[in-house]
Amino acid sequence: MFATKRINFKLAGLAAAMAMGIAASAAAFATDITGAGATFPYAVYTKWAEAYKAATGSNVNYQGIGSSGGIKQIKAKTVDFGGTDAPLSESELDGSGLVQFPAVMGGATIVVNLPGVASGQLKLDGATAAEIFRGAITKWNAPAIAMLNPGVKLPDTAITIVHRSDGSGTTDVVTHYLAKQSVSFMRDVGAGKTVNWPANDIGGKGNPGVAANVQKIVGAIGYVDYADAKKNGLNFVALKNKAGNFVLPNGDTFAAAASGANFKVKGMAPDLLDQAHKNAWPIVTATYILAYEKGGNGAQQKAVVDFFTWSLNNGQKMADDLDFVALPASVVKMVEAEMKNIK
Amino acid sequence: MSEAADTGQVDMHAANIKIFKFQDMVFHKITLLFALIVLAALVGILASLAMEAAPAFKTFGLSFLWSNVWSVPDDEFGALIAIYGTVVTSVIALLIAVPVSFGIALFLTEACPTWLRRPLGTAIELLAGVPSIIYGIWGLFIFAPLFAKYVQPYLQQAFGDVPVLGGLVAGPPIGVGILAASIVLSLMVIPFIASVMRDVFETVPPVLKESAYGVGCTTWEVVWNIVLPYTRVGVIGGIMLGLGRALGETMAVTFVIGNANRIRGSLFAPGNSIASVLANEFGEADPGLHISSLFALGLVLFLITFIVLAISRWLIHRGTRKQGS
Repeated sequence: MFATKRINFKLAGLAAAMAMGIAASAAAFATDITGAGATFPYAVYTKWAEAYKAATGSNVNYQGIGSSGGIKQIKAKTVDFGGTDAPLSESELDGSGLVQFPAVMGGATIVVNLPGVASGQLKLDGATAAEIFRGAITKWNAPAIAMLNPGVKLPDTAITIVHRSDGSGTTDVVTHYLAKQSVSFMRDVGAGKTVNWPANDIGGKGNPGVAANVQKIVGAIGYVDYADAKKNGLNFVALKNKAGNFVLPNGDTFAAAASGANFKVKGMAPDLLDQAHKNAWPIVTATYILAYEKGGNGAQQKAVVDFFTWSLNNGQKMADDLDFVALPASVVKMVEAEMKNIK
Repeated sequence: MSEAADTGQVDMHAANIKIFKFQDMVFHKITLLFALIVLAALVGILASLAMEAAPAFKTFGLSFLWSNVWSVPDDEFGALIAIYGTVVTSVIALLIAVPVSFGIALFLTEACPTWLRRPLGTAIELLAGVPSIIYGIWGLFIFAPLFAKYVQPYLQQAFGDVPVLGGLVAGPPIGVGILAASIVLSLMVIPFIASVMRDVFETVPPVLKESAYGVGCTTWEVVWNIVLPYTRVGVIGGIMLGLGRALGETMAVTFVIGNANRIRGSLFAPGNSIASVLANEFGEADPGLHISSLFALGLVLFLITFIVLAISRWLIHRGTRKQGS
């Protein structure tokens, strides 16, 4: 334990050439592991795997096949760890002998295409957003929107809802947020990875598909993860959070939401939506790792624990650079304790 | 001495023949095996599709085929939306592609200067080789925005007040939708249909055409009265090939059809095809009715393609018999 700590410490400051030397010495213990699952954290896991390989010589191969796929694969024992955006429930975890812990957090954003309205200029509260995504508000100059946006010139354009056409963890978290704001949304649209969108909708495949449609369709409103929204230069909507403040999605508001979350629940999957912190962005989610509590290959499972221990302690900056939010230090401690159950 | 040599030769000859016979037999069995593998794969796919689809058909019955509900949260599924999208986009694609392909093939075989024939023909064949994802990306990022800006508003202006046509062009002009998917599909099948048509047009004996020209026929009359009747079977085959491709096309359609699970009369409205539903939902479908219904959709697509193939076979068969008599 002491030795690994020291290596970590060294690595943080040392140049790549030095890391290569350590890698050579550690390569003797290298165990290659394979994981599969959610596509949302794919960029982070591959970045971590790359750095981990440079540091230890161990290969970590992660395939972004989707959360459901990840759950299927880990249950079928074809991978060493699974990734999922939608956490498994306590009973599911017990039933299949799996341990679950969060690996990284991110935010989903609401984006619009309204000529003349700048990014962050449009303000919505949860209830109004739910009414729009429910199809109850169909024009941008509707009184409910205008009331929240005095001084903003809203056009008489029809609203087109852009959503994910493939089943998606992003849809899951956004619809759960909207369903929390409005009973009617829950009744008409529902909450889950695939839902019943109202009539003025368009589906795009993957986050890039949604981003492309929002960019091309005047009057569009959609949701994408923060990284894709930023990459495509989409216009954000400011949302009213639980404390009553209008906030914009960015690293600070995500971190504010993360800071208040209580992970001390079985499966480490608390409800992260609509946190009470005054700066909290309301649609924040964690993505989870599944590994074996029993019945796994011991050496492989230890390699999984090693990888995530290393990544959670060394990979914060890499996650931030990719527009994700690293777990707060207190949560990392809890994850490390939880990972002791992996065998 | 020489006699002995002769019998030796005969023996050797007989031995050779034996070896040849054996080789032939092995060859025959191996090729038979290959052919059987195809058959086994076909039956296997059909059987596994049917097996996985069974729970869906058990729950919804045959009404699965004409129910227009596709709701994952409520666990209720029907195939009509996807069948509608598949059939409508394919038919519109053919309506556009067949005349254009006919024109291309006609020009290439009858009117094109010789020096242009090869480069044009090659270009069309190259177009057939472009991967469908490229058409999809182009359709979403380039075609759909242009279509929304420069075509749809004018179509709405022109036909918006006409009784039936107005309904077909109703709704906000957002580019992606049934009509955009049909147009992209038509571009994808044109090279197939055009190159088959060109090939069969070239099989018409010059003597027939020349005699027609000799009695004073125009190019159009030659094509309509000589070339087309002579090549009808091949032309139908080419169209069916295009239809087969249009029905099963996945990626390009998924990009531009809009992926909305409902049927609306307007061609500007987004829809969904069988292939696009499968591409979208398979990855994250939960086990149970959802997965089973997706398999059932696959089975439906399989059957539609099979029916199209059967009809084309029948047409070709009828055509050849007529020609024989």
